[in-house]
Amino acid sequence: MQSSNRKALLGLTLFLILFPVVAMNVSAIGHYLDIMIFVGIYCLINMGLSLLMGYAGQISLGHAAFFGLGAYTSGILCTKFSMSPWLAMVAGVGITALVAYIVGVPSLKLKGHYLAMATLGFGVIVHIFFNEEVSLTGGPSGFSDIPGLSILGFSLNSDLSYYILVWFLVLLTLIFSLNVIHSRIGRALRSLHDSELAADAMGVETSRYKVMIFVLSAVYASVAGSLYTHYVGFLSPSSFDFFLSIKLVMMVVVGGMHNIWGALLGTWLLTFLGNEWLHVFHDFDILVYGAILLAVVMFLPDGLVHLVPRMSRVWKRG
Amino acid sequence: MNTESSPLFLHVENLQKSFGGVQALKGLSFKVSPGIIKAIIGPNGAGKTTLFNVITGVFPPNGGAIALNGMSIEGCKAREIARLGVSRTFQNVEVFGRMTVLENVMVGRHIQSRAGIISTGLRLVGMRREERQIRESAMQHLAFVGLENRATELAANLPLGEQKLLEVARALATDPKILLLDEPAGGLNTRETEGLAALIHRILEQGITVVLVEHDMNLVMDISDEIMVMNFGEKIAEGKPKQIKNDPLVIEAYLGEEVDYSDL
Amino acid sequence: MTKITLTGQLIQYLFTGVTVGSIYAMVAVGFNIIYNVTEIINFAQGEFVMLGGLIMVFFTVTAKLPLPLAFVLTVAAVTGVGALMERFTINPLKNASVLTMIIVTIAVSILFKGIAMFVWGKDPYIFPPFSGSKPLFFYGAAIQTQTLWVLFMTAVMVVLMTIFFKKTRYGKAMLACADNPEAARLVGIRVNVMILISFALSAAIGAVAGAVITPISLMEYDRGALLALKGFGAAVLGGLGSFYGAVVAGIFLGIIESMCAGLVSSGYKDAVALILLLLVLYVRPSGLFGNVEASKIKEF
Repeated sequence: MQSSNRKALLGLTLFLILFPVVAMNVSAIGHYLDIMIFVGIYCLINMGLSLLMGYAGQISLGHAAFFGLGAYTSGILCTKFSMSPWLAMVAGVGITALVAYIVGVPSLKLKGHYLAMATLGFGVIVHIFFNEEVSLTGGPSGFSDIPGLSILGFSLNSDLSYYILVWFLVLLTLIFSLNVIHSRIGRALRSLHDSELAADAMGVETSRYKVMIFVLSAVYASVAGSLYTHYVGFLSPSSFDFFLSIKLVMMVVVGGMHNIWGALLGTWLLTFLGNEWLHVFHDFDILVYGAILLAVVMFLPDGLVHLVPRMSRVWKRG
Repeated sequence: MNTESSPLFLHVENLQKSFGGVQALKGLSFKVSPGIIKAIIGPNGAGKTTLFNVITGVFPPNGGAIALNGMSIEGCKAREIARLGVSRTFQNVEVFGRMTVLENVMVGRHIQSRAGIISTGLRLVGMRREERQIRESAMQHLAFVGLENRATELAANLPLGEQKLLEVARALATDPKILLLDEPAGGLNTRETEGLAALIHRILEQGITVVLVEHDMNLVMDISDEIMVMNFGEKIAEGKPKQIKNDPLVIEAYLGEEVDYSDL
Repeated sequence: MTKITLTGQLIQYLFTGVTVGSIYAMVAVGFNIIYNVTEIINFAQGEFVMLGGLIMVFFTVTAKLPLPLAFVLTVAAVTGVGALMERFTINPLKNASVLTMIIVTIAVSILFKGIAMFVWGKDPYIFPPFSGSKPLFFYGAAIQTQTLWVLFMTAVMVVLMTIFFKKTRYGKAMLACADNPEAARLVGIRVNVMILISFALSAAIGAVAGAVITPISLMEYDRGALLALKGFGAAVLGGLGSFYGAVVAGIFLGIIESMCAGLVSSGYKDAVALILLLLVLYVRPSGLFGNVEASKIKEF
């Protein structure tokens, strides 16, 4: 692994260890632990989205659907079939991967706008499915009483324990993703982003890699969905609507889509904005979201993460 | 089929390609024997780049046959043809701009490596060893074209001449038996072109057959063993440089361009 | 009370379908105008319809202006919005990647949605139909007079657009940009201006669609996305870039949707259009009515 990544990883781990210590002792930000759990869950999805969009150059406006598939599979299997949550999570991954493969093979033959619309359409269809299959999903009002997670009989029902679980998984996924990025597969993805013609001529199986990374990103989203289900204990279709898909893309783009660290930064920033700092704006948060996204795309196309090296240079000089 | 040891013969028979009613290739036939430098020349719009694109599987042909050692490959995908030992560069440079120079060449090693998503994600031992080999081999190919001290720069930041060399290194990294160069000297200055001629000879010494499309007549006459001349999607002449120079059909085809034969 | 017959019901569904379909058609035509000049798919296309409806509500209900004046002002306002969008977001981003263009138009659509929510809140709005709310009866089906207005406006749009692109200097120049922007620039066409006009024009069409449909279907701030998606479905179904294809496909989509809602399941009615969209994209991205060659050589 590159030394810059190693440093950043170390910094992130330290931050994650210190965060609960501070948060739990300062009452004003005591509930930040709860928000950080959601940040972690969205980070899981967005690392996959970053691999797909920033590295392979393929857009998806339907990732809320994969998040929802994981969440609903876990929720339904645990409440209606009393399955073990961990087994249900694995089942969710299997189902989501299968759906992603079936949708991905024809979709990823499409390019640009067509791919965007196809994934958007897919996301809306899945959302309608969650709404309409009342006997399975509880319809628009959803269902509740989903059990929490436990490990070896130790129940993860405190915020702290869930925080540790979620961020442990985020770190593992991050390391896995960084390893993929800095390998022949990562290079194949980036090469097809820059020139599909040349990538093909070098023998890179471009369509296979597009589908592979699409399925991988769906798997990340599915795991995130299962974690979400067991944390909130309640599911309804409105948590997985089309606007969430857009918000996920927004997080990745605002942070900087050509860099997986950008996805983490954007997720952290926009989740805190949405859950905490934008309460001043009440319902008008989408106005602010739209403005932020537009400003970043127009004036900072590489995202906020692009500012980090610049700032650290200024820091060192100062 | 094992391409490691056997030399590769390329046969093209009656090849046809049309785009929306325009015939770019009208029944073209020729062959390339192993171990030679073969140049394909012709005025703009003669169909030279289309020929490369059809051979390397960018477009399927509308008719005719392409064979490598007798095995027909027409209609194969580009990635399959790369695996059969035919690699190429592009007329309008297609480097991977946002990757470093070294990473560009490492993509060339893609087909010579096999680590899957699990072993790369977990960095298993075999993958690490393979990754080291990819890096070493890529460095060697960079050194071969003389770009070793550019390894960590972004490919998009190189000047055009070096991007063209980078494409050659990337193509060589696939371990090809046949290398197709599409206007390698386009945009190069005289000194760079001389370097290119030397490089092409060194590539030949590695046992790699070179087919090039080129406009620079000095270079073509200087280094080629055989020349094929195309015009309007057809072959109008083929032979040794000396024969081509004196072919009346060739002179006629080039008349509009006023080629100065005195310095050929 | 008239007895509801099956034929009456079918005719009712048919009219509903054609009405909704006309709106999809207008959205699709809006997509095509911009696509033909710039190769951009404007994700904010549905927002023009939403703005058209809500601004019309403002002029008729809040400002109490007479209907024709309100209509003209609405179209003018949304046209201005379209032009501003082009000037401030599309124009500055020359040579941006497709991915960036997609995200920019999405950002604009979110912004419009946010502004609409800021101004009008989350409730749906309505204003009275153009010619009263007394329905016409037709083979046992009750047809709102507004439906006829929708059809009339769609027809007017088709005729006006045809004249614009076939007969006027600007229209022909826009088609030239579509074919080959470099060549168009060389012969002295100001491509920048043409792009501006394309956004203004497609915003105007969106405004008309929003203004005529609101008395039937109401309008609220978050309607844009689904309208855009279905309008895109119609545009693809008709062959992206094809003008008549879009109209036929839009109405076709509307009828299918309405029949499905009436006869099968109303919950899945939105899914029908989208499944159709996916199938067309997967199997025949050049559209049902376009042919493959034509989809490469862009034409109205």
